[in-house]
Amino acid sequence: MVKASNQKVLSRTLSALVYIAAGLTAAVFLTIIIYLLVMGLPNLSFDLFSPKYTSENASLLPALVNTLILIVMALLIAAPIGIGSAIYLVEYATRGNRFVKLIRVTTETLSGIPSIVYGLFGMLFFVTALKWSYSLLAGAFTLAIMILPLIMRTTEEALQSVPDSYRESSFGLGAGKLRTIFRIILPDASPGILSGIILAVGRIVGESAALIYTAGTVAKLPKSLMSSGRSLSVHMYNISSEATHIGEAYATALVLLVLVLGINLLSGYFARRLRKER
Amino acid sequence: MKKWKERGMRAAFLAAACVSVVAVLLICIFLFVNGVPAMAEIGVFKFLFGTTWRPSNNIYGILPMIIGSLYVTAGAILLGVPIGLLTAIFLARFCPKKLYGPFKSAVELMAGIPSVIYGFFGLVLLVPVIRNLFGGTGKSILTASILLGIMILPTIVSVSLSSLQAVPESYYEGALALGASHQRSVFFAVLPAAKSGVLAGVVLGVGRAIGETMAVIMIAGNQAVIPDSILKGVRTLTTNIVLEMGYAADLHREALIATAVVLFVFILILNLSFSLLKRSRENG
Repeated sequence: MVKASNQKVLSRTLSALVYIAAGLTAAVFLTIIIYLLVMGLPNLSFDLFSPKYTSENASLLPALVNTLILIVMALLIAAPIGIGSAIYLVEYATRGNRFVKLIRVTTETLSGIPSIVYGLFGMLFFVTALKWSYSLLAGAFTLAIMILPLIMRTTEEALQSVPDSYRESSFGLGAGKLRTIFRIILPDASPGILSGIILAVGRIVGESAALIYTAGTVAKLPKSLMSSGRSLSVHMYNISSEATHIGEAYATALVLLVLVLGINLLSGYFARRLRKER
Repeated sequence: MKKWKERGMRAAFLAAACVSVVAVLLICIFLFVNGVPAMAEIGVFKFLFGTTWRPSNNIYGILPMIIGSLYVTAGAILLGVPIGLLTAIFLARFCPKKLYGPFKSAVELMAGIPSVIYGFFGLVLLVPVIRNLFGGTGKSILTASILLGIMILPTIVSVSLSSLQAVPESYYEGALALGASHQRSVFFAVLPAAKSGVLAGVVLGVGRAIGETMAVIMIAGNQAVIPDSILKGVRTLTTNIVLEMGYAADLHREALIATAVVLFVFILILNLSFSLLKRSRENG
């Protein structure tokens, strides 16, 4: 038996531990944001956005353009495949089917693989075996595989949250399976799907290890999809290892942070909208 | 006509679903085909347990990197798990209603911060602090552990939180009714019931820490020797690949791919234990 006074001490200690831990977590988050804001803001300048990268002016614009290209291409590849497979899993496959289990296992495996392993695979497969050399195309395909499990999972959840009565009413009115999917289910699930896609964009923007040996590190505006180009995160890594560009590094870190946080906030907004509708 | 369309689209959806299976197969094949022969050539035992990594002399032992990865991961778990778990308990049972929303979004945003930003933050803030406190270069196991501990926080918090919230309210109320205080009810009735979920979060955190590359490369010092103190620099399996892949050729290159194979096998084991844990939670 615990005596009453002992219980009080124990309770107070536990409370203290909980509040200290929560305080630490909050402090870490705020420190990162505030520190980068304070150090980054004074270093922001128009030169950072000049179209040409030189060794004196570490402009981030080429890297930003490369990042946008990578996002668009990776989404063009991964979004249809991810949404399509989620549709198959939720709307077509029978529950408990062996094939469905296999896909579950593979997507879980994919989402656990570290990005450097994706990068190495991209280098071995797209860059070397398919002879694409370091290129935005190779980078985009590598990223597409990487974000596939994320898009699949979020789409699946969004589709599953559509009430079965919608499907039944649509069938009852004589609509076929495809019409039901495209006219009823997808529009209803779209905020959830969108939230997943935006989350995937956030991951692409933040990715670096998977891109160094696939898209390469050339700091120029790309001529074509086959030219090599560094993304913003790779750019961030490269200039932070050069002592001469510390000011630019702070500013680039701030730009990258604001971009990623903005994207994640947007994704959270759509996710909440889906939840509110239910 | 309509029937064909229905069938065609069904086949297209099925094909899409097969892509992830094909991707996993391709990744396995390409890694193993490129990495395993090198392991055989060097000698599996020599490769895994060799303490010297000197590619210029054709000596490839990755034990320093395996140990490095284990050290920084263990450090991250030691720091990240208690703080993350307690933060999750705070959010689940102690947090004022008004604070819950912003706090939870802050944790979600932390998960989205890119590893290069964490690395840069570690480089400009954490490394000098450690240098001033303990001497040396500041790039060390300790620095990497602290940073990785921060990086796995959001994973630990969100997975633990959702498993804490899944515990039926009756557990908490029952403990209260038996005379336990709020804190005791949470820690000794609710928390044990969420155990397997918390463990799953820890496994996910281990996966994230062991696979982290760019943040570690910037702050861990990257010396390929077995460290004798937590203030010494360290090289992990992941950073070994990035550091040398750029100029490696022949056996050296294949040895780096074999390093990735070792990492991959580690991760597969972790994934397996994660899904076993999840299954036990769903059944129990």
